[in-house]
Amino acid sequence: MNLTRRKLLAVGSGTLAFASLAGLPAFASLADDAMAEFTGGAAVTDGGIDLTAPEIAENGNTVPIAVSAEGATEIMVFATGNPTPKVATFKFGPLSGSRSASTRMRLAKTQDVVAIAKMEDGSFRRASSTVKVTIGGCGG
Amino acid sequence: MAKGVKPRVKVPKKAEAGEVITIKTLISHKMESGQRKDKEGKIIPRSIINRFTADFNGQNVIDVTLEPAISTNPYFQFEAKVPESGTFDFTWYDDDGSVYKESKKITIG
Repeated sequence: MNLTRRKLLAVGSGTLAFASLAGLPAFASLADDAMAEFTGGAAVTDGGIDLTAPEIAENGNTVPIAVSAEGATEIMVFATGNPTPKVATFKFGPLSGSRSASTRMRLAKTQDVVAIAKMEDGSFRRASSTVKVTIGGCGG
Repeated sequence: MAKGVKPRVKVPKKAEAGEVITIKTLISHKMESGQRKDKEGKIIPRSIINRFTADFNGQNVIDVTLEPAISTNPYFQFEAKVPESGTFDFTWYDDDGSVYKESKKITIG
């Protein structure tokens, strides 16, 4: 009886460890894939874009964020730890008053939020910010 | 969906020619992410607004692609240049094919 239970436990924790190991890189690569899709694999430099996000979000269901990048044609926002990392894409038209926008997003857990701007010259700029989430916002 | 969806937009009534104004928009929509499960453990199908556009006299101001990670009652704040008197047209596109519209007039002077 005891032996079986130990065995079970051992197997159980083994699976758990495996699941958590496999889980993390899977999420990271999802986000990386989404970013690569946007940039087309081009080099992305840090700076030249502002991402405003709270340090701590009590409620992951509605996290206010703001992005701004002078000279950007498009800004895309990613939540690296969400089951679907894409958040929103802002395309600025000819009558846009400034290359900035703000919205509210969902965060499943504590994670990095990344904003990538596509500039008028075709280069890409990146900014990221870590948001601590107290209550996750993806249900399930 | 299409029930209880109400767009709300805040645009100043007047502006100087060429002035940059701030616009705030909000639309009531549950933005079902497709991640949540109901009591029986079945996944509730995704139902979101997937695109939002703002135009002034036919010229684009901003075009936003929304993903399920946007919160319930999607809110946007952005800035627009007003070269002349005219109308702002705001359009939201729902996953189910519905389109919600709102317009606001603005005068120069």
